[in-house]
Order: sequence, then structure tokens, then C-alpha cells
Amino acid sequence: MIDIQSLTKTFGTGTGAFTALDDVSVTIASNEFFTLLGPSGCGKTTLLRVIAGFIDPTRGTVALDGEDLLTRPPYARPVNTVFQSYALFPHMTVAQNIAFGLEMLRKPATEIAATVEEMLALVRMTEMADRRTDQISGGQQQRVALARALAPRPRVLLLDEPLSALDFKLRKNMQLELKRLQSETGITFVFVTHDQDEALTMSDRLAVMNEGRIRQIGSPRDIYIHPAERFVADFIGDTNFLQADLLGRSGDVARVRLASGAEIDARAATGMQAAGGQVTVAVRPEHATLETTGDALMTGRIANVVYVGTDTHYHVDLEGGARFIVRRQNTPGQAQDWQEGQEVGVSFPSGVGQVLRD
Amino acid sequence: MTDLATARARRTRNSRALLLAPAMLILLVAATGPLLIVLVYSFLTPGDYGGVIWSFSTEAWANVVVRRDIFTGDLQLADAHLSVLWRSVKLSIMTMILAFIFGFPTAYFIATRPRGQRDMWMLLIMIPFWTNLLIRTFAIMELIRNQGTLNTVLIWLGVIEQPIQMLFTEFSLLLGMTYVYLPLMILPIYASMERLDFSLVEAAYDLYATRLKVLRKVIFPLVKPGVVAGSILVFVPCLGAYVTPRVLGGGKQLMLGNLIELQFGQLRNWPLGAALSLTLLVIVMIALLFYVRAIGREGERNV
Repeated sequence: MIDIQSLTKTFGTGTGAFTALDDVSVTIASNEFFTLLGPSGCGKTTLLRVIAGFIDPTRGTVALDGEDLLTRPPYARPVNTVFQSYALFPHMTVAQNIAFGLEMLRKPATEIAATVEEMLALVRMTEMADRRTDQISGGQQQRVALARALAPRPRVLLLDEPLSALDFKLRKNMQLELKRLQSETGITFVFVTHDQDEALTMSDRLAVMNEGRIRQIGSPRDIYIHPAERFVADFIGDTNFLQADLLGRSGDVARVRLASGAEIDARAATGMQAAGGQVTVAVRPEHATLETTGDALMTGRIANVVYVGTDTHYHVDLEGGARFIVRRQNTPGQAQDWQEGQEVGVSFPSGVGQVLRD
Repeated sequence: MTDLATARARRTRNSRALLLAPAMLILLVAATGPLLIVLVYSFLTPGDYGGVIWSFSTEAWANVVVRRDIFTGDLQLADAHLSVLWRSVKLSIMTMILAFIFGFPTAYFIATRPRGQRDMWMLLIMIPFWTNLLIRTFAIMELIRNQGTLNTVLIWLGVIEQPIQMLFTEFSLLLGMTYVYLPLMILPIYASMERLDFSLVEAAYDLYATRLKVLRKVIFPLVKPGVVAGSILVFVPCLGAYVTPRVLGGGKQLMLGNLIELQFGQLRNWPLGAALSLTLLVIVMIALLFYVRAIGREGERNV
């Protein structure tokens, strides 16, 4: 278990100071695939580098299974990193790269040989053992970097956007591969990415970060369906934002009145006010449906119909000016029954909308 | 199609030869020419007042290693030559090692500064290098002579009572040459160090390598071409050093360069001077051969 408490890192001093991490607290369970997700400059890599030991935090603590990590140099932490650039040693072969950590730990030669064999098999690189690192492809380098970091059996594996240099197909494969390796080895993975697909596909839990702070922690499903605030809702997936009046709230159910005058139940964010005032309600495009204007929640006119293969996106200009997107999955034999320019009603079920904190 | 391609290739080849001609001509006349003259002179007989007499003789080459006793006519090892030769090689190697010991950390220091500061540091290293060699050597002399800065300060501090004789010793040569040739060591090491991907250092550090292990297992192997180049750049001019041993050695600590100058000057033995020059050249060639092989091995592994 990694326990991070009130971690703050400030670079520089005075007016030029930049706070990369701002009072970050998070607990990562053992054997968990935990992802730090956020745009570039949000502090996710800084957090990773603090755990690895390359950056000393200004304040705060990092403990691994109850032991303080911050007092130890990187080479004394049972934590290994897969670097974004892979950082494979160019003067060594694939096998020598994988053996490096074990050699530094002064493991017996027979054990090193056995572990290297095992790691090569694990990442399916046995045939490439004696290749130089510049004689293998990017995807293979990535797997070697992974094997090298896994070989010493660290308690935590840190991965710094390891898939960002790979093409789309390879990235999809590696995502599943990583997930497989994590469950096979039982090592805690802390994965840094700015790619929401990656984060949702692989993580057990993820933390969404922005401007040095953790905005929300939860399972992929939790975060996708119940984003706590506008930044999270906007960063992950596509979202419609509706202005509404908060009528009342009991527990995590909030009663809101939409701009169209319709009233509906939505899920309340934790820590929001009890009643009164303007709030924003987030609705995922695939959670809303198009229907005839009669008894719909809102009405509007279809401005655009965009066909994207798996689904069709309907861009609706609501009465009152807001733009609302409805996504509908395409099924065989389904007639395209909504046309551009048509008057439509837009609805979403009770409890689906998410009231945001800000 | 192929005809056109061959014609174009031939044209390129022709114009390339034409463009290279002036450079080749200069190389031939200015580099190979004098060398040939030296080679020819080394097989001639010395003239009484310098110059050469055009009669073939291998005497000069024999004199590099042996000398004939004036009275008995016996052949003896020319210990004077050999000791100068030995001193040259020894001091050059020691200078090379000292330059490495001081140059490597300096290059590392500069390469790890923020990008904008590195040029400033390199400039500071280069400024003395652009100063006249003689002036720098005299500055060293002023520093270490018996009434010089160093001795004065040490006496004033009460560390010593009598000035330490540093000038005109091998120490003074070593100090002078290390100071003079240090930039030639720093420059190539810095060049390879700057290209070093420091995430490799982090990776090694992350994989349980201590600072010393990182240096030995990752940094050093990767900057080795720079170290070898720097060593050669220091070693070769040290072997032929003339000004430094002349000024700081005070005529007592001769090196090859001074010995050669003596043959062409006071001793009026041009063929021996020529033979000694070529001996120096052979030593340098051996050093370069070592360099090429070291780099070649490196190249095989990580082209």
C-alpha cells in the first residue's frame, strides 16, 4: 500500500515559483492498477517522480507499507520505473538490460539467468535476447523496458506514459498486455497517462489531476458516470452541460429545474450545497434520447447529424441557445429517422444527470 | 534509364574529383612533401656545420638507440636518448591521466548545468586556451618558482620554512602540461557527455545502482569515445611538447621535442634530428592506432 499524505512540490521561489503538486493525498492499495490521469503539466509525472525518488517534495509524506520512502535514495526503494523514453541502455543487449537491476542487487548468477529467461518469456522477447536495443522496434523496446523494470520484482511499478510513442493498434494491444502482466505478477502498478481511453481501459481506480491537485478518485465507471466537477466531466468523455436551478437535495439525489422548465432528479456531487442557486448538470451524450417534442424534457432543432461508424451524433440547438449532443448507436437495419433541421425533443432518465460541484 | 544514371554518377564523380583537387594538392605538397624530406634526411650523413652530405648512411637511425664511444669505438646504449624518450612517454601518459582526473568531473559538471549556462562554462574553459602558450607557461613559472606566489604564501602561512624546489622538476612539467592541455581533454568528453541521455542515468539509479555504479556501468561506457579522443588529443601534443619543458624544465628536464631541436641546433646533427622526429611520429601512430581500434570496437557494439 502506498500512502501519500499532503504532498506539495514547489519549483523555484518568489514570484517565479510554480506549484507542481498542491496538497496531494492518495492511498493506493497493493496489487492495484492505479492511474494518474490529467492534461500535461497537471503534476502527474511529478507525483510519479516523487514516488520513484527523483524529486524531493517540498512537504508531505510518502510511505510504502508503512515505511517512509522519502528518506531513501532511488536505488534503495523497492520501486521501479518504466520511462516514457524507455531509457534502455544502448551499450547492452536486451538480456543485459533486463539483468541490470538484478546484478545491481548482487543476485547469484544462476538466479539472474533464470529470472531473465522468465522475463523474456513474460514479454515474449525470448528470440530477441541477444539483440542490441536499437535493433528492435518501438513496441519491442517498450516490452524490454517493462521486463527490465519487472525483473527485480519491485513492490511497485511506476509507468510514465509508456504507450505514448506507439501507434494506435500496438497501443491497444499493449494496454491489454499490461493489464495481463499486472494480474500475473500481482505488483502494484501506478500508471501515468493523459489518454482517457487508456485510463478507463486498464485501471482498477484512477485519479484525475489538474493544476497540481487531485480532482477526483474512483473506479473508471464511477468517474465516467459520476464526475464530481466540470473539469473531470469535460476531460473524460464528451459531456453536455446544462444550467439548472437546484430545488432541493436529499442524500445524493438532487432535484433540479432545467432551463426548459422541466424538473428532474439528478445525482448530487458530494460536498455541494443543500439547496438554492444555479448549478450545472452534466449529461453524457449516450444517456440522452431523441423523441417527438410532445412530452420531452427539452426541445430544440437538429443542427447537425454526424455519422461516425459505430454511432451517429445528433447536435441539437436547444431552445434558449445551448448546444446538446445526443449519441445513438447504429444498429443494422435501423432507418435514419432524424433529419437536420427537424424539431425534436431531448430527454434523459431520472437519476442520470450529474450535478457538478462547481 | 540506367545509362542516364551511370552518366550522372560519372559526372558527379568527376566534379567531386575536381573540387577535391586543391585540397589534395595542398596535402601532398605541404604535408607529405616535408615528411618525405625528413625521411630522406634521416638516411644521410650530417654536415660539419649543419645541413646534410648526400651520402647514404643508417648511422642516424642507429644513433637513436645506441652510441659509439668516442675513444674505444664500442657500441653502447644511448641512455641519454632513451631516458629522454622514456621521460617523454612517461610524462605524456601521466599528463593524460591527470587531465582525465580533472577533466572528467569538469565535463560532467558542465554537461549537467542548465542548457543556457553550459556555453558560459565552456567559454571559461576555453579562454586560457586562446591565450598565448608562452605567456601561460611563464605564468605557471611565476606561480611555482622559489620566490613565486605559492612558496611565498606557504612560507607566510608558516607551513614551510624553506621554499620547495618545484621549478625545473618533472613536477613542474606535469603541472604545466596538464594545465595547458586540460581543455583538449574536457572538450571531447563534454561533447559525448552532452549527448548522453540522462534518463539512462535515472534508469540505472532506479534499478538499484549506487552513484558509483551508475558512473562505472552507464556513464563511463557511454562517454568512452570522448574519453579516448581526449586522451589522444592530450597525449600526442605532450609527446612533442617543446615550449613547456624548455621553460619549466630549465634545460634539465629534456623531452623529445627539445632533443630534436638540439640536433638541428647546437649539435648540428640533422639526420639524427630527422630520425628522432620520425621516431616520435611512429609513437604517435601507435597511439592513434590504439585509438582507432578502441573506437572501432565501440562502433561494432553500438552503431
